[in-house]
Amino acid sequence: MDAEAAKLIGAGLAAIGMGIASLGVGNVFAKFLEGALRNPGAADSQQGRLFIGFAGAELLGLLAFVTMIILVFVA
Amino acid sequence: MAAESGGKIDPMHQFLIEPVLGRHWVVGGYDLSFTNSALWMVVTLAALWIFMIGGMKRDLVPGRWQAAVEGFTGFVNSMLTSNIGPEGKRFLPYVFSLFMFILFANVLGLLPFGVVPGVHPFTVTSHVTVTGVLALISFAIVLIVGFGRHGFHFFALFVPHGTPKLMIPLIFVVELMSFLVRPFSLGLRLFVAMTAGHILLKVLAAFVINGINMGPGYAVLITLPSFLLMIGITLLELLVAAIQAYVFALLTSVYLNDAVNLH
Repeated sequence: MDAEAAKLIGAGLAAIGMGIASLGVGNVFAKFLEGALRNPGAADSQQGRLFIGFAGAELLGLLAFVTMIILVFVA
Repeated sequence: MAAESGGKIDPMHQFLIEPVLGRHWVVGGYDLSFTNSALWMVVTLAALWIFMIGGMKRDLVPGRWQAAVEGFTGFVNSMLTSNIGPEGKRFLPYVFSLFMFILFANVLGLLPFGVVPGVHPFTVTSHVTVTGVLALISFAIVLIVGFGRHGFHFFALFVPHGTPKLMIPLIFVVELMSFLVRPFSLGLRLFVAMTAGHILLKVLAAFVINGINMGPGYAVLITLPSFLLMIGITLLELLVAAIQAYVFALLTSVYLNDAVNLH
């Protein structure tokens, strides 16, 4: 296998990481909604924590994207 | 929108930094040209300025414009007080400017100026140089506030309360790592989120244009679904533009809380 093909296969594999990160982001919001429906009174005060969790989960997906871009355009 | 290069549409062309008038201005080996990036920062600043000047009135019953400005200031203020406490008010000028600059830059980069030939919007925040510097400023303020208030006691941030004696060296290293990686993750998140969204939009735009060029059958099969998807993704990008600005300001205030209150 030549190097160019290996790079593109690696970039495609990195795209799987973004899909898995989307599970994480969905999980953050799903759990928040679950908790918020049980106790709506406490929901508004926890919105900041919701977005911190979202930012953490999202960052890992974005790292997969960075890997992909580096493989295609830089490496 | 995307530039044509040899029959293929290049989605990365939109991120190219070039001098506005096409002429480089080199001083002593450094290129000091007024670039499109600088131009869009000035546009962002002008838009922000107009928005704030128009709304900063002291009417007892606010009009629409004043209500909009007060909504933004109140939003950032409540975010700071809920995260840092009463001392958070001191950081309101910085976090507010940060939030508004990123929000305006993100939204201005999404505006459809591409319909005018030869003009295309440039997203300032899609470059890691810009977001990285914003993140470094936030990190520097955290360090200055932390060491200014607590002196060397600031290092207690890296050893949480109740850590067993045996674990302190290990925990210290782990916490230090997670502290040092903050500006990196802060800048990278904004830059990658904006870059990924804009690449996606331009790839879909390429599908639309190529579908039309290939004939009416392909136009129905490819162009129509791509165009509908593009409308949806544009709306999603508007949401992402707001969320990323909010997350940047929120994380800055969370980090400032660590510096002000330790934990």
